[in-house]
Amino acid sequence: MSRYLPWLAGLALVLLPFVYRAPYPLHILIIILIWSFAYTSWSVMGRFGLVSLGHGGFMGVGAYTTALLWNFKAVSPWLGIPLAMAAAGLLAVVVAYPCFRFRITGHYFALVTLALSGIVLQVITATRDYTGGSLGYTPERYRGGSSLYAVQFGSKTTWYLVALAVWAVGLYVWHRVDRSMMRYALEAISEDEDAAAAAGVHVTAEKLKITVLSAMMTALAGALYCQYQMFVSPDTVSGIAISLQMVFAVVVGGIYVSLGPTVGAVITILLAEVLRISFGTRAVGWDNLVYGVLLVLFIVFLPKGILGSVLDLGRSRGLAPPPRVGAPAA
Amino acid sequence: MAIFDVFLLEAVINGVLLGGVLALLSLGLNLIFGVIDVVWICYAELVMFGMYGMYFLYTVYHWPILLAAAASIAGVAVMGVLLHLLVIAPLLGSAPINQLLATGGVLFFLQSVATVLFGVEFRNLGLRLPVLKAAGMFVSYSRLLAFAVALVGMVAVYLFLQRTYVGAAIRAIAQDRQIMTLMGVDTRRIYVVTSALGGALAGLASCLLVLLYDVHPFVGLTFGPITFLICVLGGLGNFGGGFVAAFVFAEIISLGGLYLDLEWGYVFAFAFFIVMMFVRPEGLMARRS
Repeated sequence: MSRYLPWLAGLALVLLPFVYRAPYPLHILIIILIWSFAYTSWSVMGRFGLVSLGHGGFMGVGAYTTALLWNFKAVSPWLGIPLAMAAAGLLAVVVAYPCFRFRITGHYFALVTLALSGIVLQVITATRDYTGGSLGYTPERYRGGSSLYAVQFGSKTTWYLVALAVWAVGLYVWHRVDRSMMRYALEAISEDEDAAAAAGVHVTAEKLKITVLSAMMTALAGALYCQYQMFVSPDTVSGIAISLQMVFAVVVGGIYVSLGPTVGAVITILLAEVLRISFGTRAVGWDNLVYGVLLVLFIVFLPKGILGSVLDLGRSRGLAPPPRVGAPAA
Repeated sequence: MAIFDVFLLEAVINGVLLGGVLALLSLGLNLIFGVIDVVWICYAELVMFGMYGMYFLYTVYHWPILLAAAASIAGVAVMGVLLHLLVIAPLLGSAPINQLLATGGVLFFLQSVATVLFGVEFRNLGLRLPVLKAAGMFVSYSRLLAFAVALVGMVAVYLFLQRTYVGAAIRAIAQDRQIMTLMGVDTRRIYVVTSALGGALAGLASCLLVLLYDVHPFVGLTFGPITFLICVLGGLGNFGGGFVAAFVFAEIISLGGLYLDLEWGYVFAFAFFIVMMFVRPEGLMARRS
């Protein structure tokens, strides 16, 4: 039975917008799916101890490259998004290669990637003649804002299905990595680089592969976010705050389980929305206040995150199947 | 040509003055890292609270400025101790990255507390210090003051570390954590003292920064990243390296700002940082984790 559960859940998710199409909840679901994908992208490498604070940068590159190519060169996002992903991948290589080559690990790696976030944010702000700087940027509408060619859809249902598909791909990639040799290599590396290298693992290449994969996925998330919202600003898709937000959501949801980032996205976004609806403008700042406290508490008391801990609990009571092969989550 | 040279010289001088403040900022962070082996990602947010302290005590409650400064420094020092006792101490045994992330949570927390308590308005001290004019150059007096106080602060810390018993213990722990416990040094007490000192340095920096910048809940993001980069560039925990790196960064920002925009100055500084990893990784990894 539990074998079919993910497929049934997936089917239910696909059918949802045809049954229930209130715009606001659908909007929240789309936002949750896009961010879930972004957080999943981060966790693909984050789970191996490669804590990057540069993913805000990759997301910004994804969003702005796609939008700028569309507005200035009339390049369709169908081509623009792959180009943006390639640009993010290239950026990841440029920054991560020396890091891995010279064995910059742990919090050094986090701080170096933090510089990357800073660079992307400042470049977007500094090239305000093209990007609109901190005022934000809007891709030009094409044929009334509903066109497959321009990846602009008027209907929320379409966007929901697109976001759902991309999110599912993100989970698929997560599982592919989880089942691959790369996972064992990277786990060995995160335990002890020297030992891993001695055992024949190409440390630099393995780390670089996963970083580029993660960066490209994050760029896709950025591009998707921009196409959906039709507005981006440096503060919503790039910079240190976004990078920290990704890490935070993943840690809260659970870094070692495939649905952890999704649970993190659901919790953080719903929390922000509930606070916003119930307190209005007075809630400004409260959501982050709660996040901050939660993040500290989680790292101190529940380092496996909510979903990870719940699964552990279930496992220890014999309620859920063992974690590896045939993992329960979708 | 002559005018160009004056502008250049002015930018260089302003760079040196900025360097002093950045060096002071990075000194506190470096001290924490060197001794306790953690990175306070929320360091700049402590500075932000110090700036609010100065603003409220001086501008709103009309305390004498030196008293307000002393109170702000003491306040941020207490925050440093609390941060250590509440967040860092329980995590001392866990992975370094967890400590980094936990202080990231504190960053969110402090930013939001400031937003909730003080609102998002930009506030400034309302204190206008004169601008120094010499040989056709304009150097703001507040920058000069900030630079001078930063230098004095750094010398004081240096003397404290070199000449006092506690200072010697702090340096010794920075060199070898395990041995010092065996030598009868109470590391927990030294950690608390170091956190207080790091907090006090953040507080001192905040008293100077409030002269130069408006304070708002997100002000930490404007100079926080650059402070981390300075520490890493100089080699985390390496005080001399951090000092030099601060001036190099400040000059890059200042000169980049002269020829292009201020943002490009930051872009160049960040890019320089990444390039330096190609060129001199050993400087970066003076103390590899």
